[in-house]
Amino acid sequence: MGLFVDIKKRLPGFTLEAGFESGAEVLGLLGASGSGKSMTLRCIAGIVKPDKGRIVLNGRVLFDSDKGVNVPCRQRKIGFLFQNYALFPNMTVEENIAFGLQNLDREQKNRIIRANVQMMKLEGLEKRYPFQLSGGQQQRVALARALAIEPEALLLDEPFSALDEHLRSHMQKQFMDTLDHYRGVTLFVTHNIEEAYGLCGKLVVLSGGKVGAEGLKENMFLKPPSLETAQLTGCKNFSAVRRLSANEWEALDWGIRLKVEEEPEERVSHMGIHAHHIRLARREDTENIFKCWPAFTSESPFKMTVYISVGRKPLSPEDYHLQWEIAKERWHELKDRPLPWDICLEPGKLMLLKDK
Amino acid sequence: MDMDFSPLWISVKTALTATLVTFFFGLAAAWLVAGYRGKLKGLIDGVLTLPMVLPPTVVGFFLLVFFGKNGPAGKLLHALGTQVIFSWPATVIAASVVAFPLMYKTSRGALEQIDENIVNAARTLGVSEWKIFWKVTVPLAWPGIAAGTVLAFARALGEFGATLMIAGNIPGKTQTIPLAIFFAAEGGEMEKALAWVVFIFAVSLVVMTLMNYWTEYQAKIIPRNRRR
Repeated sequence: MGLFVDIKKRLPGFTLEAGFESGAEVLGLLGASGSGKSMTLRCIAGIVKPDKGRIVLNGRVLFDSDKGVNVPCRQRKIGFLFQNYALFPNMTVEENIAFGLQNLDREQKNRIIRANVQMMKLEGLEKRYPFQLSGGQQQRVALARALAIEPEALLLDEPFSALDEHLRSHMQKQFMDTLDHYRGVTLFVTHNIEEAYGLCGKLVVLSGGKVGAEGLKENMFLKPPSLETAQLTGCKNFSAVRRLSANEWEALDWGIRLKVEEEPEERVSHMGIHAHHIRLARREDTENIFKCWPAFTSESPFKMTVYISVGRKPLSPEDYHLQWEIAKERWHELKDRPLPWDICLEPGKLMLLKDK
Repeated sequence: MDMDFSPLWISVKTALTATLVTFFFGLAAAWLVAGYRGKLKGLIDGVLTLPMVLPPTVVGFFLLVFFGKNGPAGKLLHALGTQVIFSWPATVIAASVVAFPLMYKTSRGALEQIDENIVNAARTLGVSEWKIFWKVTVPLAWPGIAAGTVLAFARALGEFGATLMIAGNIPGKTQTIPLAIFFAAEGGEMEKALAWVVFIFAVSLVVMTLMNYWTEYQAKIIPRNRRR
């Protein structure tokens, strides 16, 4: 049981080729804008017809180009949460939720509306129109409307992108609670790395219309297989590499030699390290210690990003090798120390990456 | 002045019937063209808009050929033992054809403004296309559809050239107000002509003004409704 997708669709600028499977846990589709992730969802829901391929949901063939099967959208039983919620502006909250329940009698309808209103904490808003609701409330109505028809799969297209930062984290938590009750296949599309990590168990990384990587989210972030996946999962520091010996590599862009713990697979072309994995060297460190100078810094509320030049003084603010993220408190201790600083790039934290 | 009021009733009856006919045909055409993605879109749109830009006599000429004794529709009607040329239905046909593009153009514009996601959302909920059209699409495009209907009504009320060609000027039967004005003026009955002129002038002005205020009112409400 689950969702099987293997589709091809020619689009202006690129060809979408998405293939993956999803079971009971929430699957995240992570990709930059224009990577084809929304289009993939639309193909699954039946809003857009793929050129080729197969889509199977719980053993039901929804689309099969070889057999000429293309189940219309309204018979797929797939709930879709649109980025802008797409509520019916001419209907009240109640009417929105009930819209997919046309064939039921009044009593059944009311029961389902009540259950969904309660689950989504929309009590008291039943008679309001969408324009009288806040963004978060609108989203809950949209989710209630999608879940009212008891869909076999739920597709979420960047559901939090229209919410402000404060609401977002609040809604994410609520979302998780709701999704806990939902027993169908859930697909979650986002370009936001933190959202993907927080909400999904497994991830499919899409780039340029192709599946770049697929697997458990932990692996996706700590052991990304490719340069692209590493970029999409938030790694900031990359260098082309040359292998010197079994575990020694030369980072060509950084101009340093490094020990790497990871056993290389074939076709390694780059290495990367997360900005928050860089740290000051301690007394017990013996390997991968380098002198560095800050080129410039950029500040955010709780952390500092320091752009550092390794091995020599920077000539200009643009002359840096690595981005280093540290907590504000640590930065206050660090900033007055004499230059250069000793940093350590732990052999266990360096990631070897394939180019595509 | 000896006033015959039959043109008023004929005009109102014709304009209302033509508006009703145009409403459904115009809306259907608008919906089909709005959803059509092919290469012929420009051509189809051109053909459907033609009655608005062609001289009414040209439209009348085509209708005369089409519904005349030897025309395709005329032959069919003849076989059924009837004909429309120089009868009251001819005034409705002329007014409908000339008013059609206004209904079509205006409601098509409104249909194309609708957020496609809203219609797609309705589809994922398992609702039939027919129901989606009447419960979602039409309400969302309503300001435009209503405006198109009003414009079509005003145009149907003022139709002259095509009507004269296929319905003629038969007092009490096909003589609408615009025809009455023309023949009164031509016959030197300027006072009678003026009375009808004032009437048409007033009705058209009132209708258009009301529509403007209504559009303004809608514009205040709808954007809030459609906030994304």
